[in-house]
Amino acid sequence: MRTLRRNPLLQMAILGVVASAIGIAIALFVIPWFPTDASTQAKNVHTLYDVLLIVSVPIFVLVETVILYSVWKFRMKPGEEEKDGPPIHGNTRLEVIWTALPAVLILGLCAYSYAVLQSNEKNVPGSMTVNVTARQFAFEFSYRNAQNKVVVSPELYLPNHEPVIFHLRSLDVIHSFFVPQFSEKLDAVPGIVTTLRVTPTRIGSYPVECTELCGAGHSLMRAAAVVVTPTAFKKWLASQSTSTPPPVGYPPANAAQNGVPGSTTPVANPKPPKL
Amino acid sequence: MLIPAKLRAPGWYRVALYDVLGFAFAFGLTVLIRWLMHQHPVVDGKAITIVALLAVPLAFLAGLGTGDYWFYWAAGRPQRAEDHSQHGAYSWRDYFRVNTDHKVIGIQYVVTSFFFLFVGGLLAMLIRAQLAKPGMQFLTTEQYNGVFSVHATVLIFLFVIPVFAGLANFVLPLMIGAPDMAFPRLNALSFWMLPVAGVIMLMSFLAPGGSFAAGWTAYAPLSTTMPIGQLFFTIAVQFAGASSIATALNFLVTIITMRAPGMSFFRMPLLVWANFSTSLLVVIATPFIAASQFFVLLDTALHFHFFDAYVGAGKDGNVIMYQHVFWFYSHPAVYIMMLPGFGIISEIIAVKSRKPIFGYRMMAFSLLAIVVLGFTVWAHHMFVSGMAPWIRIPMMITTAIIAIPTGIKIFSWLATLWRGVLHLDTPMLFALGFLTMFTCGGISGVMLAMIPFDIHVSQTYFVVAHLHYVLFGGSLMTIFAGVYYWFPKMTGRMFDERLGKWHFWCTFIFANLTFGPMHIIGIEGMPRRVAEYAQQFADWNLFISICSFFLGASTLIFLYNIVASWRGGPRATANPWRAMTLEWQVPSPPPVFNFDAVPTVVGGPYEYGVPGAVHGIFKPPVEAQKVTAGATAFSTPPSQESHE
Repeated sequence: MRTLRRNPLLQMAILGVVASAIGIAIALFVIPWFPTDASTQAKNVHTLYDVLLIVSVPIFVLVETVILYSVWKFRMKPGEEEKDGPPIHGNTRLEVIWTALPAVLILGLCAYSYAVLQSNEKNVPGSMTVNVTARQFAFEFSYRNAQNKVVVSPELYLPNHEPVIFHLRSLDVIHSFFVPQFSEKLDAVPGIVTTLRVTPTRIGSYPVECTELCGAGHSLMRAAAVVVTPTAFKKWLASQSTSTPPPVGYPPANAAQNGVPGSTTPVANPKPPKL
Repeated sequence: MLIPAKLRAPGWYRVALYDVLGFAFAFGLTVLIRWLMHQHPVVDGKAITIVALLAVPLAFLAGLGTGDYWFYWAAGRPQRAEDHSQHGAYSWRDYFRVNTDHKVIGIQYVVTSFFFLFVGGLLAMLIRAQLAKPGMQFLTTEQYNGVFSVHATVLIFLFVIPVFAGLANFVLPLMIGAPDMAFPRLNALSFWMLPVAGVIMLMSFLAPGGSFAAGWTAYAPLSTTMPIGQLFFTIAVQFAGASSIATALNFLVTIITMRAPGMSFFRMPLLVWANFSTSLLVVIATPFIAASQFFVLLDTALHFHFFDAYVGAGKDGNVIMYQHVFWFYSHPAVYIMMLPGFGIISEIIAVKSRKPIFGYRMMAFSLLAIVVLGFTVWAHHMFVSGMAPWIRIPMMITTAIIAIPTGIKIFSWLATLWRGVLHLDTPMLFALGFLTMFTCGGISGVMLAMIPFDIHVSQTYFVVAHLHYVLFGGSLMTIFAGVYYWFPKMTGRMFDERLGKWHFWCTFIFANLTFGPMHIIGIEGMPRRVAEYAQQFADWNLFISICSFFLGASTLIFLYNIVASWRGGPRATANPWRAMTLEWQVPSPPPVFNFDAVPTVVGGPYEYGVPGAVHGIFKPPVEAQKVTAGATAFSTPPSQESHE
């Protein structure tokens, strides 16, 4: 007890460990951060966030402990108005430690994030392709049905547990395709086709949000993503009428799949950007 | 002469005349060109507005007299001897003319910036009122987009960046023992470009089609297809940027060439180091935002098609290019908005803890490390932009690494507190509040660097929370700390300590209650920049809005304290904080030419607790050497350093 009372560093270390434990418990178990995970990608991101929290909380607690302890212990007392602290100019060993330790920690987190990213964006052979066309202020999803005809839908239907590749295009300004439950997001950029991979894992209906400011209707640019069983999906796809000619913005069969800017093949009925 | 003297002398009458001439020029030029090119209608409002937006502000600057000296010189007219008539302020009128005194310019800057803080804050109140309930409230979506765009733009370009330039303008020459900035006339021009930029931005609300509404990022091609209001942003940013660049050059030259004898780089206060680093960032980075906005201007006004592209339509613009050029400025700009604050905090924590700053050299080197690394991280704003995927990996690593020099600074401040004698008055409370909130912002910054997590939260309220933790909890807390700390020096009056503490606690508590929950709704999936949101976010948003109104009201305490204390506060002594840096060794407020005798610097700036230590002596170098016995210089003996 006596050494404890005499040693401020020990006092702080104990306080810090207790506070970190409480902080981590609150961060992990009390605050409901994410919406339900509905894709393999989302599961990985949630685990990554848990790791980030476990690393971050003690760092924040460390800073706060030192501040609060200093305020409590070292605040000027009456009669100390003219007093100065001890002239400590630095401590090389301490400075090396607080440069090196965060460096190791941070590079570790980067390596882990890299692994998660690789796993989330892994190319799965046999993925289904869905074309997403964004414009002010709506999304449009197009599929190929069993007869290889184009099916267009204002709602995104996906078969559960089947990997999907989205090809995103924009007809006017930049939009962004985001389903919070999938933890995946990508901009739809005029002039290029961008690619996003998701494997849904949970049946349900989720919001598709535009997350890049795209003009007056940005807040209302929403759609629904519906994850159904593979059989239900097949049935839904077969029930949709095919659209001929291909819908606005859908690349013709002879267009390069990656849609490089400068391709001279015109889109059927290109809609000029809204001025 | 037909023109009366009032209209010929620099001043507001000439401004009125020149502005009319400037508008006439814009009108005449566009009409003439359109007539020659056979375009109809010959009188085109949009074309006239664009040229007028450039011509009228330039005419304003000329009319006010910011360039008179240079025009005389360029024309080979007899130069007027410098009689210092443009120096110093003896009545409030002297703040409304071209003044070359760095102290007057500093106050002009700070007061103008705080005016725009209140404008930007009111716009924030409008945003929160709109978001208090789900569903549309009293603003249309266009108006809402305009309000948050102007909120961000005004607070970034007309508050945070210039208020730091203003504080440094007042303090920095005093700190290094200089009589003024290196280029006083350029300094005056830099200041007067600010109100120009601000007035243009606010006038955009009057433009047909409403104010600019593409966010402060103004991503093309949204910005190039917007109504005319967008061009008010495009052009105002040019003036704010030019002001910023000119001031930064001025600081660099002042710091490099005008330090007092004996003040080596490693005897400079950290505020000077911070502004040196910031100025390097500004000079290198700011031209890039100018370029990005010139691209937009050319696309909109002259149909250059830099950013006009879409799949298969044969247009070969490059949309992502805009974002690269924009963020190559705007990420360093984050440090432009933070490093001067680091300098302020270093001053305050050392003085108020009565201890030398811990690890002074590492504090200086970490600033330079941030400058260098700051240029290598820009594309972390673009992880979901559709750019080449590999760029994300190096950007993640550099972004995470930049946390290391920032961490060094935080830990060094903590170590400075340790075993000090802490004076917990208003400036110190704001400094400690800054440490807490900025640590949160720094941690969420490292989280955002992690690509898979960033993909989930980018463009959501998590980012809004993060940026307000670093810009409100970071920059604004340091600005308040700095304003309180130097208030006695700037005005010669003391502020009300009790009101200052109230201000701090209200700001600190309500800022955390306002911005903290945004992390949660962001991860839950609420997008940013929306006028309307899903029902599931209603409770948190109402809570955030209520707290934000209290946060807004807390600034009124500050306003009242500052105005009342400036008018009738108790007189301040020269050095109320017992600080060692040079600005506190002259009377409050300082005399017009700062120092009656040129000081000689004989030791470090933070030698608190060292018996008999002195930073500067008001004697020539030869005499000063004799009294340096107790002074602890950093590594070189003072006898060697005083030769420079």
